[in-house]
Amino acid sequence: MTRDPDGPPARRRFLVQGAAAAVGALAGAARAEEAMPPGTPEWMTVPGADVGSQTYGTPSRFEADVIRNVPKGLKQYISASSRTPLQDLDGILTPNGLFYERHHGGIPDIDPARHRLMIHGLVETPLVLTMDDIRRFPSESHIHFLECSGNPSFEAIKGQTASDLVGLVSCAEWTGVRLATVLREAGLKPEAKWVVAEGADAAALTRSIPVEKCLDDALLVYSQNGERLRPQQGYPLRVLLPGFEGNMNVKWLRRLNVTAEPAYSREETAKYTDSMPDGTARQFTFVMEAKSIITRPSGTQRIVRGFNEITGIAWSGRGRIQRVEVSVDDGRTWADAALQAPVLTRALTRFRLPWSWDGTPTTIMSRAIDETGYVQPSFSDLTAVRGLKSFYHNNAIVPWRVAETGEVANGYA
Amino acid sequence: MATRSTRALAAAFLLLGAAGAARAAERYGIGRAATPAEIAAWNIDIDREGRKLPPGRGSVAQGRAVFEAHCAACHGAHGEGGIGDPLVGGQGTLATAKPVKTVGSFWPYAPTLFDYIRRAMPMNAPGSLSPDDVYAVSAYILNLNGLVPDGAVLDAPGLAAIRMPNRDGFVADPRPDVGR
Repeated sequence: MTRDPDGPPARRRFLVQGAAAAVGALAGAARAEEAMPPGTPEWMTVPGADVGSQTYGTPSRFEADVIRNVPKGLKQYISASSRTPLQDLDGILTPNGLFYERHHGGIPDIDPARHRLMIHGLVETPLVLTMDDIRRFPSESHIHFLECSGNPSFEAIKGQTASDLVGLVSCAEWTGVRLATVLREAGLKPEAKWVVAEGADAAALTRSIPVEKCLDDALLVYSQNGERLRPQQGYPLRVLLPGFEGNMNVKWLRRLNVTAEPAYSREETAKYTDSMPDGTARQFTFVMEAKSIITRPSGTQRIVRGFNEITGIAWSGRGRIQRVEVSVDDGRTWADAALQAPVLTRALTRFRLPWSWDGTPTTIMSRAIDETGYVQPSFSDLTAVRGLKSFYHNNAIVPWRVAETGEVANGYA
Repeated sequence: MATRSTRALAAAFLLLGAAGAARAAERYGIGRAATPAEIAAWNIDIDREGRKLPPGRGSVAQGRAVFEAHCAACHGAHGEGGIGDPLVGGQGTLATAKPVKTVGSFWPYAPTLFDYIRRAMPMNAPGSLSPDDVYAVSAYILNLNGLVPDGAVLDAPGLAAIRMPNRDGFVADPRPDVGR
């Protein structure tokens, strides 16, 4: 039998098309009813698609609207970001195709056979490593979140959905080699204090990483959720710094320059520094502090009276989530949500709280407490100290307003 | 290469002795040595003092021509911004309710300008400007901000000597600053 590489065998296609035509002849309503009891759905009356009809599987066509949240009308899309549709996802792992994006010079199309990692500077033996070399080192896998430092900026809190507000966070299982292992292979000199990482993208994006982090839990990652990194996530190699702001986790990694001082690159002076009301800017603000958001019910969704499960995600760049509290009365009282195991360090943690809504308009919100005892602050507490111009590291509580109709909307808006 | 194989051999010997196991686990003999020429070709990092700036020089006048040809389409004819960031103005605004952050008002180190332009600009053809062009366009942007005179010609020592107005405007991370 001849096969069309993009579809089912010719005979099957005929049968399926015939069945579809027959069903299509019925009115839409009648067709829907036919699938309901006592009817028989049409997908039980003919065989389904062949095994292997998709050699790389994709979601059901009925999930076609679960996609990255790409902002409209930007001046350019080379240095920009797109968000994970948090409100449409369950669990703690973000599918690779929905992982948030932040690129500074577009997405390079790198041939791994021609990609090299150079390690130089304050090392005993400068090295050049191929991707095959890097995969020879002992490997490890760890689940960690990754979050853009501006998620969202303090002046961009009017978004409609959970994704609009904090969709620049995702979580994956990362596989690679400890950065410490590779640095020790080159041999660090005693005066080594920083490692300047550079990407092989058009921005040659550069960030300086303290050597303590490099020798602690930092990874050089080549796989994400079991498969090789996607181009959007740094294929074939990236840095992963658990708990540190996203842009430091340099993608398309090609160079590690071991130095005594930071590079003071544009991305750690002009950008990714946090402007305070007194005119100073905080620099080297690496850690993403504890944060949470209710993803269901959340903005643009609609609930009904009676039972509604409240669920969301919490995370901290300083360690494990210890507790998540949820308020269903606009912050007057708080209840402990159940945390779904496993609760992992510097990973998304799923929380849930059963709730019976009596139809009274209210505001619901969550706040995360991490293992250091840090409590996620309100927006007003945060901006009282930092003002509205610091752009990065907004980890404020997100309130969702529930109207009498059951419609859920942004409590900031 | 001799160093690498010697080290691999040493690692293998250490593996034989139980006492050396931890040390041996740190080195695997993977990869090859990078040559000085390879490092020099790839290493484009400029530190804040400008000690690693390359040879070359460029004038404000040359920089204006480079800017108009390669930069103005995104950053505006006079660096006022457009598709790209504004590069000019804003001095004295950082402590106000509407801080305007530009090269002149916010960037702490002039050598960083060279580093960034050389590695990432122009956005449609990064790495296409010669060192002389990068010096020249850096000089022009600094001139637009009133930080070098119209007749200025910048080279490595000249760029490194410029003291940016916001050099001391950065502070260390004091967090956790909010949240009990």
